[in-house]
Amino acid sequence: MLRRDFLQVSAGLSVALATPRALAQTGTPAAKAAQRAAEPGAPRWDRILVLVELKGANDGLNTVIPFADPLYAKLRGPLAIPHDRVVHLDQRVGLHPALKGMLEAWQARDLAVVQGVGYPYPNRSHFRSIEIWDTASASSQTLSEGWIAQAFGGASRPAGRNIDAVVVDTNALPATGGDLRTIVMQDAESFIQQARAMRDGNAAAPSNPALAHVMKVRSEIHTASLGLAERMRGAPAPAHAFPTDPFSHQLALATRILLAKVPVVAIKVALGGFDTHARQLETHERLLGQLGEGLAMFRRNLIAAGLWKDVLVMTYSEFGRRVKPNASAGTDHGTAAPHFMMGGLVKGGLHGVYPSLADLQDGDLKHSVDFRDLYATVTRRWWGLGDTFGRRNPTMVDVIA
Amino acid sequence: MSVPRAAPALDRRTLLSGIARAVALAGVGAVAPSVFTPASAAAMGADEARHLLSRTGFGPTPADIAELQGLDYTAAVERVLGKWRAEPLTAAPSWINLTPPQAREQAERFREERAERAKPKAAQEQAAPPSAGNAPAKPLANANPTQERARELRNWWVEEMLVTDQPFVERMTLFWHNHFTSSLQKVNFTPAIYRQNLLFRRHALGNFATLLRAVAKDPAMLLYLDGAQNKAGQPNENFARELVELFTLGEGHYSEADIKAAARAFTGWGIDRETGAFRAYPALHDKGEKTFFGRTGNFTGDDILSMILEKPGVSEWITGKLWREFVSLKPDDGEIKRLAAIFREARYEMKPLLRALFLTPAFRDPANRGALIKSPIELVVGTVRLLGLPVPEKTRLVRALQAIGQVPFDPPNVKGWPGGEAWITTNTLLMRQQILRRIVEATTVAPMGGPMQMAPAKPGRRADRREQMDGREEVMMEPERTPVEGRSLRSAGNSARLGPTLAALDGATLQRALLPVPPQMPLEEGMTAGEVVARLLLDPGYQLK
Repeated sequence: MLRRDFLQVSAGLSVALATPRALAQTGTPAAKAAQRAAEPGAPRWDRILVLVELKGANDGLNTVIPFADPLYAKLRGPLAIPHDRVVHLDQRVGLHPALKGMLEAWQARDLAVVQGVGYPYPNRSHFRSIEIWDTASASSQTLSEGWIAQAFGGASRPAGRNIDAVVVDTNALPATGGDLRTIVMQDAESFIQQARAMRDGNAAAPSNPALAHVMKVRSEIHTASLGLAERMRGAPAPAHAFPTDPFSHQLALATRILLAKVPVVAIKVALGGFDTHARQLETHERLLGQLGEGLAMFRRNLIAAGLWKDVLVMTYSEFGRRVKPNASAGTDHGTAAPHFMMGGLVKGGLHGVYPSLADLQDGDLKHSVDFRDLYATVTRRWWGLGDTFGRRNPTMVDVIA
Repeated sequence: MSVPRAAPALDRRTLLSGIARAVALAGVGAVAPSVFTPASAAAMGADEARHLLSRTGFGPTPADIAELQGLDYTAAVERVLGKWRAEPLTAAPSWINLTPPQAREQAERFREERAERAKPKAAQEQAAPPSAGNAPAKPLANANPTQERARELRNWWVEEMLVTDQPFVERMTLFWHNHFTSSLQKVNFTPAIYRQNLLFRRHALGNFATLLRAVAKDPAMLLYLDGAQNKAGQPNENFARELVELFTLGEGHYSEADIKAAARAFTGWGIDRETGAFRAYPALHDKGEKTFFGRTGNFTGDDILSMILEKPGVSEWITGKLWREFVSLKPDDGEIKRLAAIFREARYEMKPLLRALFLTPAFRDPANRGALIKSPIELVVGTVRLLGLPVPEKTRLVRALQAIGQVPFDPPNVKGWPGGEAWITTNTLLMRQQILRRIVEATTVAPMGGPMQMAPAKPGRRADRREQMDGREEVMMEPERTPVEGRSLRSAGNSARLGPTLAALDGATLQRALLPVPPQMPLEEGMTAGEVVARLLLDPGYQLK
């Protein structure tokens, strides 16, 4: 807290701290050196991305609300969140009241809101669009490798690493492919169980050669997950107790992995249920409450453990939702939406441009930030890698110090 | 693996093949199984039925198994071999009669349009990146027509594999595709690849010699292995080499001089530029004398093929490959020789060879059940068939296949997919589990309108509510207490809607249908049907066939 206060008060003196965060904003030679360090060639295997998938397509318009625009109340009608309930971020936009838990991070300047994230020729199929996001493809392009796997493609791995990413969810696509070794933690317990069963039974491989091969490959995976389990057994518990909903359960597991110092570059969690085609208000409020409270607790725990600067949280979702509600007091599939980034090295505040409510395309918001530019930013500025996901001149989003 | 001794089985085999001939003569459809069933030893069990079906098709459903298990084994083999319709069920893509000039023109137009579009777009990007949303909303209008046809073609085959009522013909078509490889990566003319697939279907269970002769003149093959470039004075050896090395004999059965001679003999076989069909260009044929396999003459391509087909090694090569595909990764030399002799005796007719193959003790050995690894296509297509899942959009399945290493029409090289244990690495195993997990999730949340069965409706249930929603869009999850994962097959409890293929079956039946080996994680008491299916799909044994 002290350091942050100091930065806010005397940003001009912050060079003395010699942190990359302070330097990146200036044109000094030191800043250039810091920038160079973040360029391809110096991969930061010590930095962890915590990816939060909002499954089902989160309604961005009711998450970060352009309350000052009269079109908002007019277009959203019964689904509009009243002025006085919105948690103001500035004079124009504010958070859904259920996200009040995130205010602490906003005030501490380590919560960034990236507005209007999307891509051209938006696809409105859940499955297809999440694949586009997961693989950082163009709308008409089909890729099979996840974007994190692409980002680390060809990067030489430091010694002593068994796993590169942990997915506490069913969708491992962002971290799947290449030579990235991703463990789906949901299965860790059964992995361990099977490994134990194999040891207890006959040590000999099954006489069926195909089964023996499958079991051998599984045991390689198990070895990695066992190492993980071992590390986690000796690790400290989170200082602050998480709420009890499934999303916080995932975040608690992510926290334990981080506290155990398991060397990974990414952890993925997910919150599902955002496909609010009917009676949206109640569901959305509950989900955003879980998101806000969970992330607030996650942040508090990592700050308490001194790890907040090693972590970058980023939300994503397949698309946003239609501006106008449907006849079931819900919203249908839309396009662009705001996303959150949090972390000790995040440049807090609003980024990107809120899509205009007066300039819709087929009733949908036009994106102002291409999600691949955001990925390219994370890849370059967070991990010090070079992939730009097919974008020839990616516009870096200035969210990471 | 222990090799079953041949001697005691011999009498039985002779008897069985005699019966098989009788069946073939009688016509399979009309034959009641009981005719051949000397009551006692007759009907095979469910396990053997599952074995035969999973080795010769895609994931068999419990109903498929039940249908077969009452039969005598020989009759069951006849049934597998009997169904053979050369025409696919799935409607052909719209462009199959496209000519090469038309394809070239389309490609040209696409290149021009793209170049035109690229100019202002680049300028736009530099000036104001934020307004990219202004672009027209139809991405597919931009698609490269060649790539679009390739996508449609892959989807077409996947669709055929999903709907076919003769899975063995698909498996054999796939076998020939992996044997006489051609790839969309190289053969840019999609109609030729489509027609090659029809060729494989036409000869799927037919005559190998006839197929080989047709393949040598097949336009896709002439493009893939550069036969169309092979001209007098400038021979291209690509086809000639693979012909002997991969298609017929295997390494060590020919000399470099043989390849050179064969290449010269094939000169002048090309493609009509206007129609895309095979065409002989006599002026480009090398009419000189060639020496091939020790014989000298003014040979043509057909002569070379005849001389190759005279070699007994061909029957052994093909038999060995079929053995690895259908029986095990370790061919038994004695058995290969015996089967190859049957193949030669039948003048390269496939059915007698395949019949003999499925009747070998090695194939039938209970220890052989589950001793092969499912190919990606078997895994994905088989699972979708097994669950009776509606899959309106095949591109996703093709992408799943790509992720685990087997895209139809795109074998990695002329040798085809290596297969066997190479199918499973730490990466592909995780991918396979991930795909299965997603299928498990999708099973209870799949869009309605397909053949999925619903649990008895209670008022206000999710399923009812689903229908009130916007019908145009797929509805993946609804506003409910549980997130989508909470409603997956494995945790949806009794509300899991198993499709008609799996509905109302007990755990033991499901296990027998889904796994060739006992589960590594045994089923527990009191598991719901949904949990059982989810558990079995994710069991290591489900990777096997």
